[in-house]
Amino acid sequence: MTDSAMVLAAEESHFPPGIGSFDFRDWFTGLSETALANVFTTITFAVWLTVAVLIVFFLWAYRKPRIVPTKRQWLAESAYGFIRNTVAIDLLGKQTGVRFAPYLATLFFFILIMNFWAIVPGVQISPNAHIAFPATLGVISWLIYNYVGIKKHGFVGYMKMTCVPPGAPWFIYPLLIPIEFLQNIILRPVTLALRLFANMFAGHLILLVFILGGFELLNSENIFIQGLSVFSFAMGIAMTLFELIVILLQAYVFTLLTGMYIQGSLADEH
Amino acid sequence: MIQAAEGGSGILFPIWQEIVVGAIAFGLLCFVLMKFVFPRMEKTFEARVDAIEGGIERAERAQEEANQTLEEYRRKLAGAQEEAAAIRDEARADAIAAKEEILVSAREEANRIIAAGHAQVEASRQQLVRELRSDVGNLAVDLAGKIIGQRLAGDASTEQTVDQFLAQLTDDTAEASGAR
Repeated sequence: MTDSAMVLAAEESHFPPGIGSFDFRDWFTGLSETALANVFTTITFAVWLTVAVLIVFFLWAYRKPRIVPTKRQWLAESAYGFIRNTVAIDLLGKQTGVRFAPYLATLFFFILIMNFWAIVPGVQISPNAHIAFPATLGVISWLIYNYVGIKKHGFVGYMKMTCVPPGAPWFIYPLLIPIEFLQNIILRPVTLALRLFANMFAGHLILLVFILGGFELLNSENIFIQGLSVFSFAMGIAMTLFELIVILLQAYVFTLLTGMYIQGSLADEH
Repeated sequence: MIQAAEGGSGILFPIWQEIVVGAIAFGLLCFVLMKFVFPRMEKTFEARVDAIEGGIERAERAQEEANQTLEEYRRKLAGAQEEAAAIRDEARADAIAAKEEILVSAREEANRIIAAGHAQVEASRQQLVRELRSDVGNLAVDLAGKIIGQRLAGDASTEQTVDQFLAQLTDDTAEASGAR
């Protein structure tokens, strides 16, 4: 038996849920000792399914675009138009906004569906509860906003713009510049990734607490304590609805912040 | 697994295979959506804007044309009304003229007829006078002859002769008017 399988076994028998609840067994146990460990798991499956669902939906909905849209075309356009208009164009203006809208929309839908796994029965964990995925997205956002900033202002100009706040007296620079640098260049991708990760992580944990807790109560010897499991399950359902809000909000926040960072990089020099 | 061995902080260390999977999956998604879907959407949006703007332009043109036609129509209508009024006035004038003409000619005709009547009556009178003149002459001669014949026989018979003559004359006249 592999380590992860043991952890999974532990998850099944132990309350409260812990770190181990976030590990998933390899589908092909033979791969666990090779470099392909963790490549075929429920988590990665959810990732691939996310990508497949989005690609199939958009290609299907936008196979034959018309001026007067069909219902499914309208649906796809509204989905894209939401991010395009409320995030990209609002933040970046018409011209630049349209340039970045495809990426921001892709990012939004990817995170949204990835998050959505958190409340899909049978999975109930988002791949974003594994730091690897939010970190990847955070790094991509970091690369993009730094790249466009350097491209527009040059490396020195960009660094000056990001790290030297205008209007501050010169003697405070030694204090201010490291802080600004840390904040704008180092911590932005970290906070992006951690915010998303922590939300989905906590969401999974909360659902586990109430649902596993419900079973734990049900397994009790005492009939009254067994009866309490109903409340635990009810809380599980309520928390699932709550999760839905978190799912939408976190996807939106990640996209919005990425848009704002790009906006900051493209801003005119002070 | 590694992070399981490291305990609680393990959740903050990404599994490198997942980074690879995530990067590839997201890259694939970006490639497909950003190359095949969203640019086409932008094109459709543009086409739609064009279509709408073109439609508005066409509508404006049509509106202008309609206004022009309406103006023209109104002008024509006003012209037609004026023309109709002119025709009516003319007709009225014609009618009055015709009426005058008819009255004049009727009056002339009447005068002519009256004059002809007068002339005829005059002619008849002349004729009657002529006839009477000759008749009176004859009658007077007749009567004188008869009176002279009777005078010889007696005065009483003279009166009788005159009465007889007058009765005869009346009978003749009655006969003549009955024969007529």
